[in-house]
Amino acid sequence: MENDKLFGIHAFAARLRADRAGVLASNLANADTPDYKARDIDFSGLMEQVRGERLGLAKTATAHLPVAASGDTGELAYRVPLQPSLDGNTVDAHVEHAEFAENAFHYQSTLSFLDSRIKGLIKALRGE
Amino acid sequence: MSLLHIFDVAGSAVSAQSLRLNTTASNLANADSVAGDAESAYRARHPVFQAIGQTRDAAAVGVRTLGIVESDAPAPVRHDPDHPLANEQGQVFGANVSPVAELTDMISAQRSYQTNIEVLNTAKTLMLRTLSVGE
Repeated sequence: MENDKLFGIHAFAARLRADRAGVLASNLANADTPDYKARDIDFSGLMEQVRGERLGLAKTATAHLPVAASGDTGELAYRVPLQPSLDGNTVDAHVEHAEFAENAFHYQSTLSFLDSRIKGLIKALRGE
Repeated sequence: MSLLHIFDVAGSAVSAQSLRLNTTASNLANADSVAGDAESAYRARHPVFQAIGQTRDAAAVGVRTLGIVESDAPAPVRHDPDHPLANEQGQVFGANVSPVAELTDMISAQRSYQTNIEVLNTAKTLMLRTLSVGE
């Protein structure tokens, strides 16, 4: 992929962060819904997977399974509740709030990486 | 899925919580309402929330109000023969509203409302920053 060479892992990371923001927003929206189970994206696991893909896992036998396509958010995991509630809801608003804030911060730092990459490219193109 | 879905999700939660605040308001407003028989006495009402489209791999799950249920707790009976609504035995039936439960419910709804507004604000900031990448 050409984009990968330009933006490296940051393009994938930004998409994953945006998806994760959506999942965490769903958890916060359903903080009072009975039987709702809080979920999350396994961010570091997916990043590892993409890194492995970029290094190129060699398929030495026909029976080897292909690595999942990058950009796939994969299966959402269910969060293990710290304090289970009577109505079957596993959302802990404080945990979700903290995760959401952290995710937003990381999204912004990924954006700064992309931003400086684009600015560098423009500079190189202009030859200034 | 993009950041735009967050507006739908958080928006659905905000409207659900405002409906919850509405039921709390009417419960508290009618806490002292009385009636001449148990059937027509005011009953505390509460919304029932349900997640929209909660499948195994759905990332954006909003919330909707399935309906409003009335509490089936017995209406408190008071002996007050001078009351214009009193029945033959001189009884009036009050509302089965628990002001303490309603107030805690109100605080919970208020907190959830605030949280979702904050989520909306954060999503908006992130989108604006995304738009200005490379400028």
